[in-house]
Amino acid sequence: MTPLLELRDVRAAYGKITVLHGVSVSVSAGQVVALLGPNGAGKTTSLNVAAGTHPVQSGQLILGGRDMTGANPRDLARAGICLIPEGRGVFPNLSVRDNLLMMTFTGHSRAEIEAVAFERFPILAKRANQPAGSMSGGEQQMLALARGLATDPAVLLLDELSMGLAPLVVGRLYEQVAEIARQGVGVLVVEQFAAAVLGIADHAAVMVRGRVEREGAPDSELRAELSALYLGSST
Amino acid sequence: MEQLFTFGIVGLSTAAIYAIIGSGLVLTYTTTGVFNFAHGAAGMMAAFAYWQLTEGWGLPVPLALILVLVVLAPAFGLLVERLVLRPIQGLGDAERLVMTVAMLSGLIAAARWIWDPNEARSLPRFFENTDAIDIGPATVTWHQALTMIVAVAVAIGLRILLYGTRIGAEMRASVDDRALVGLTGANPVRSNQVAWILGTQLAAVGGILIAPAVSLDASQLSLLIVSAYTAAIFGRLRSLPLTFLGAVVVGCLESYLTGYLPQNDYLPGLRLAAPALLLFLSLLVFPHRRLRGRDTKARPVPSPSLQGTLLFAGAVVLFGLVLASLLGEGDLITYGQIFSFGVIALSYVPLAGYAGQISLCQLSMAGIGAAVWAHAGADGQLWALPLAVVIAGAAGALIALPALRLSGVYLALGTTAFAVILDRWIFTLPSFEVLGLNISLFDGGTVDVAGPSLFGWRLDDGSELMVFAAVWLALASLAIAVLRRGRFGRQLIALRDSEAAYATLGGNLLLSKVAVFALSAGIAGLGGALYGMQQRSVTAEQFGLVAGLPLFLVAVVGGLTAVGNGLFTGVAVGGSFPVISAAGAFAQNITSVLPALAGLGLARNPDGAVPEIRSGYEPLGRNKPVLGGLVVALAGLWVLQLQDVLDGWLTFGLALFLIVAAQAAATALEQARAARSTDTDVPVEWWGVRREWRREDEEVLARGIAGG
Ligand SMILES: Nc1ncnc2c1ncn2[C@@H]1O[C@H](COP(=O)(O)OP(=O)(O)OP(=O)(O)O)[C@@H](O)[C@H]1O
Ligand SMILES: [Mg+2]
Repeated sequence: MTPLLELRDVRAAYGKITVLHGVSVSVSAGQVVALLGPNGAGKTTSLNVAAGTHPVQSGQLILGGRDMTGANPRDLARAGICLIPEGRGVFPNLSVRDNLLMMTFTGHSRAEIEAVAFERFPILAKRANQPAGSMSGGEQQMLALARGLATDPAVLLLDELSMGLAPLVVGRLYEQVAEIARQGVGVLVVEQFAAAVLGIADHAAVMVRGRVEREGAPDSELRAELSALYLGSST
Repeated sequence: MEQLFTFGIVGLSTAAIYAIIGSGLVLTYTTTGVFNFAHGAAGMMAAFAYWQLTEGWGLPVPLALILVLVVLAPAFGLLVERLVLRPIQGLGDAERLVMTVAMLSGLIAAARWIWDPNEARSLPRFFENTDAIDIGPATVTWHQALTMIVAVAVAIGLRILLYGTRIGAEMRASVDDRALVGLTGANPVRSNQVAWILGTQLAAVGGILIAPAVSLDASQLSLLIVSAYTAAIFGRLRSLPLTFLGAVVVGCLESYLTGYLPQNDYLPGLRLAAPALLLFLSLLVFPHRRLRGRDTKARPVPSPSLQGTLLFAGAVVLFGLVLASLLGEGDLITYGQIFSFGVIALSYVPLAGYAGQISLCQLSMAGIGAAVWAHAGADGQLWALPLAVVIAGAAGALIALPALRLSGVYLALGTTAFAVILDRWIFTLPSFEVLGLNISLFDGGTVDVAGPSLFGWRLDDGSELMVFAAVWLALASLAIAVLRRGRFGRQLIALRDSEAAYATLGGNLLLSKVAVFALSAGIAGLGGALYGMQQRSVTAEQFGLVAGLPLFLVAVVGGLTAVGNGLFTGVAVGGSFPVISAAGAFAQNITSVLPALAGLGLARNPDGAVPEIRSGYEPLGRNKPVLGGLVVALAGLWVLQLQDVLDGWLTFGLALFLIVAAQAAATALEQARAARSTDTDVPVEWWGVRREWRREDEEVLARGIAGG
């Protein structure tokens, strides 16, 4: 099966400092790929490259077989990329309803979006007229995730969905992520805490200092290597 | 009773206009994060354009309205968005502020250029020939009714737009998080464009509606915005209904003051200054939080070496001496401004550069200094000079106390209000008595200014005064350098970087702020006194808010943290502008637009020109033979000019050429030397020690580290 989204040998830099040294990752339809690794490995940067919010120095970004390297975030969003950035996936000063309205730029009507969001996360319906920033962290992530659910993206990119949330809430959010993947969406998940995501992942890639060091099924061997990595005894 | 109604209706119809203008201001601020100081100026331009189309070229009113509101205003809004605001998207509050202040200054200058201010123009009211409507005891003209109807329509329209449409949600969302707007597939640029188009249109509507009630004067119309600012502050820059309420308060206040203020010499100015007073008060009364947004990191502040500054100060005095020896009496008055403007501009360095407090009333402080010197030093008593400094400093402290809670845009607004209060009221007063103290400023007109008397030696010709001012600029530059290197300088910079952190570290915020305001107002006061001496007589207009903007902008362009800024601004405003203006009226107009253009260029080089110039001339400073040759050559030119072998412009041109050539030669020589020494293998850890640090090194190191 040809992958939906593919980063091919991507190099990227902040100013003069190169932080991605040839990263290749791919996600197929219906697949959940976990991108793991210690702080500063370049996970967020990789997602930003995939969403067009960070430029590449070299390498390619392929979406559905088409080379989209250098496209802007807006065009990538319209082509089916949905990035939920780290810790700020909602507009805090807009009401929940207006946040949902902001999900209509990729072709769905307001009614469709609200129907899906309120059905999956009934709490959002209760908070509909409240500013999103005044909701709890978990509720905000639900609202952010509603974009992934309701807009039928081709690929969903999630950055640290678990940040600052209780394990129970994280578990429920990832159930929704698994559900999104079952509908045929390719999902690329970045997580610090691997346990949360390895349960639903089909494939895992481990990044260290800007390179993918290890790839494969999320089996016990990979887990063992991962914990060794986090403890600093890199191979 | 009837009067009460009549003035009420006048007040409400003015209020309606303020509400229209103010809501445009709030709209652009809440949806783009830019507080537009030039908002009123855009309305002013629209009023002039409308005048040109109808009165000037005789176009029918509806057509002219369509042209201005549907074609010109949107085009202008788009242009501003593209050319002025997009480049500063990533910069800090201060730079944004400067950009719109530059626009304000530039638009006023442009309007005066296009429409000769000496010619009187007026616009008729709408429906002038239709009978007024009687409502009980009062009558409402159709023009007044129209303003109120438009205001209500604007209120309803904006409400629907912002809270009932997707583009409205998009506009509000782009303030929250622009990057996220892009990720949703929306176009974040479009919502900014819509905001600027609408904002400009609202300003234009307001400008056209209010112009018939006042005379068509560029700065007066632009400053009507002060009333709209006040309204917007009532709405805390975010609430449209409260902005409307604020507009009603300001409009009615002005109208009733007109009606009921007793007629005497002291109070007419109060009416003119009332919106500014109210603005000042409302800034203090209403709590305001800064608009959420990522702040950019503060730039480092250079610390000048003492030796370097001493050299610089010596050069300033020498420059003064040489100039004084060469110029004729008329030119001495013109170019004498170099040093006094320099001192005034230097006052921005500790206040805005180090402490990060942007004040737009420094020239007003200079005005106070000039007035004090003019009266107390009427016979040249030297003690009057420190007195001028102290009184200007006290005025500075007076602003600092209430302004303690203000920062950023709010402080700029507060100081603007203060400048307007001085301009329109205090400076226009005849002599008055407070607490038995006889106070006179400009005596409602012109006051003569004498030169100082140095222990019996009376300085009264232009050359003496020029050297006197040059010495003060040198001393003040030195003092600022010493300040920067000392404890107080570090405190101010800490205060700029984070007020909260400064306070938690045990710094006394109140004391430091008051001290730096007083210090910089004192310096400005000194500059004002020197300026007065040079000019021989001063009027209040020379120290107005609008007159101060170019000085501020050029100082910003020079770089607010550089001690050399005083000389730079002085030479630019006091030296090069008169040189350019000498080429005729057209060139003179160019110089009035120049500071604004330079300010707009700030986005490209936020650190300012002085550091750049300094680093450009460093090779020359290091190359003793070339520097020596230059000095000898310049001295030769000076002698030739004194002997009348050369004439003024030729000497000027030659000197300029020599300086530029020497700089180029020194730079080329140094580069050649650097190229030769590349091959010698110096280990990485000795770069910058055994051989000079080069620009490329940084990149080589970065690569090495990242790759490692
Ligand atoms: N805006 C920036 N400017 C400069 N360097 C940056 C910037 N953002 C990230 N970096 C650097 O790029 C590298 C990769 O950062 P990135 O945020 O992609 O890591 P990450 O794997 O997402 O880390 P974390 O798990 O902490 O979120 C880090 O070394 C980081 O210091
Ligand atoms: Mg990250």
